Amino acid sequence: MDFAAMADYLPLFTQAMWLTLRIGWVGILGSLVIGLVVAMITHYKVPVLYQISLFYIELYRNTPLLIQLFFMYFALPRVLGFGINAEACGMLGLALLGGAYMAESFRSGLEAVEPIQTESALSLGMTNSQVMRYIVLPQAVSLSVQSFVANIIFLLKETSVFSAISLMDLMFVAKDLIGLYYNTTECLVLLVIFYLIIILPVSIIGTVVERKLRYGAFGS
Amino acid sequence: MANEGVLRIEKLRKQFGDNVVIDGLDLTVQPGEVVVVIGPSGCGKSTLLRCINGLEEIQGGRILLDDDEVDGRSKNIAQIRQRLGMVFQSYDLFPHKTIIENVTLSPIVVQKRPKDEAIAEGEALLERVGLLDKRDDYPRQLSGGQKQRVTIARALAMKPEIMLLDEITAALDPEMVHEVLDVILDLAREGKTMIIVTHEMSFARAVADRVIFLEGGRIVEEGIPEQFFTNPKTERARAFLHTFEFAAVRSHVAQED
Amino acid sequence: MELLGLDVLFKGSNAMRLLQGLGVAVEISVISVVISLVLGMLFGVFMTWKNPVARVISRIYLEIVRIMPQLVLLFIVFFGATRALNINISAELSSIIVFSFWGVGEMGDLVRGSLESIPVHQYESAAALGMTKGQIYYHVVIPQAVRRLIPMSINLVTRMIKTTSLILMIGVVEVMKVGQQIIEANRMASPNAVFGIYGTILLLYFLVCWPISMLARHLEKKWSN
Repeated sequence: MDFAAMADYLPLFTQAMWLTLRIGWVGILGSLVIGLVVAMITHYKVPVLYQISLFYIELYRNTPLLIQLFFMYFALPRVLGFGINAEACGMLGLALLGGAYMAESFRSGLEAVEPIQTESALSLGMTNSQVMRYIVLPQAVSLSVQSFVANIIFLLKETSVFSAISLMDLMFVAKDLIGLYYNTTECLVLLVIFYLIIILPVSIIGTVVERKLRYGAFGS
Repeated sequence: MANEGVLRIEKLRKQFGDNVVIDGLDLTVQPGEVVVVIGPSGCGKSTLLRCINGLEEIQGGRILLDDDEVDGRSKNIAQIRQRLGMVFQSYDLFPHKTIIENVTLSPIVVQKRPKDEAIAEGEALLERVGLLDKRDDYPRQLSGGQKQRVTIARALAMKPEIMLLDEITAALDPEMVHEVLDVILDLAREGKTMIIVTHEMSFARAVADRVIFLEGGRIVEEGIPEQFFTNPKTERARAFLHTFEFAAVRSHVAQED
Repeated sequence: MELLGLDVLFKGSNAMRLLQGLGVAVEISVISVVISLVLGMLFGVFMTWKNPVARVISRIYLEIVRIMPQLVLLFIVFFGATRALNINISAELSSIIVFSFWGVGEMGDLVRGSLESIPVHQYESAAALGMTKGQIYYHVVIPQAVRRLIPMSINLVTRMIKTTSLILMIGVVEVMKVGQQIIEANRMASPNAVFGIYGTILLLYFLVCWPISMLARHLEKKWSN
């Protein structure tokens, strides 16, 4: 292996990693917000918004991110008359994809909270919104942690398609360098190492948190 | 106790689909009274308590606490529920809160009482049910009987006028039943108004001012415990009480050596 | 039609070409799905072995599948194998290798999960009834495990179909690539083709995946109680 070449490539890969992390971070945060809002809408069956939410969830869960990004980045601007830059498009695309998955996680967490919890909170004189805020949501979130972590890892892996909308992410850099210098092995090793740097910590922290929640504080 | 409300149930009707569970029931509970509701499973006793707390939509009649109507869909239902403390069969503590947080959550967020005052009162209630040492534990660390005693303390923390107890020992191991019922007997001694649904006949007899026997969604018989348990007037009550006894299968004669 | 760029679909053999492109994607996913299901079952049983070597191997395999993006795996096989082993693997074959590698891991984990989800007392009460080990598996464990497994493996199928969209990135001429060619060719004549074509492809994927997801959800609901 040509370590000198790898050292030369390092700055390019590092830069690409920051791009991935930037998009990933915003996208994941956005997906949690979207997921929570959509889950609330579907939980309370808010008219009209409920149907829209169901359609959104099904559409985004049953199509590939790559096509969603193509559609959003290349196709929509032609009809709308305006577009957004590639990075913003990546963030929004990831947030929308993740939102559909996070909404499902929130939803199954909400369903897993025993109805008796709601009833006893009501019988203590709480209003519906107090029941949601103090009793149901905290339990739903801790019941969903496992699937949040799975979603976050999934979303970080999905960031690998961003080069398709000409973002200079890790895949883009690797492919570019392979094409230019033919140092295939070196580039692929760097590619793997950088994805490990991004995803491994999340995987490990996720496992720890899951274990804590299951056996620790209250997990009954 | 002063300023306590009178609970009046008039012609209450509740059905699930075509299945009529409560069929034109009338009942008035005076302040300080302990009413025990018994009857075979499916007779509507639990549903009755849930209706009184506005947890079930009703199809006819009305439930009044003084002049306020109890209606699950009305705006002021949360206020009315604060005056009614309910304890369920499953010890339904909030698993993500410590014991003291379970007891003080509602006084703090619903009644907006000062935090330290709520905590002091919560501790006094835990002391009373004998669980002050579990103050900072989580529910999963407690036994069933202990959980159920906390649930009672949690309901009492709202200073309810009437306590509704729905088979609160049915899910407990036999050896834990007593510690829970002792708390209730103590409340009865103090003159707390209560409506109790139970399968524990000896407890019913000990605690009740009035026993109500429910079957098919109607009150079949009611009376003071001494009379109801020893000499029921109706055949159905007699048959029901009989199910708690076993006829001897074998006869044994004590033998002398 | 002009505005949405749908007109290009009806020009010449464009619609047909698009469907052929979809056919390539479907073909690759069907082959990968079959390999994944069959080998995944074996791998799942392998993972329940108590043998420490078996455990370490399956652990490492699963972590790779869990952490590495499929596109990275595709790059490794497509670009890497050519270089390291000096053999030329076609993009199609690379895709099948990677999707199967990934699918076997995922499927194996599902099989392991559903086998381990059967509570111990089920084994014990079957044994108490005098059943042999084989009978316990055949009559008690497998029927219950399968009901958990089927909806989840159907979901895995939709995930594999969606993942086939990635093969565009290593140059397989599938539905996306055909779409891009059509858009290029009609750049002047119908500039809105980009909307019509990408919209159509999005819809095609949805029409393939959505019914399968629905089936999985239906079975899950039916068997959960």
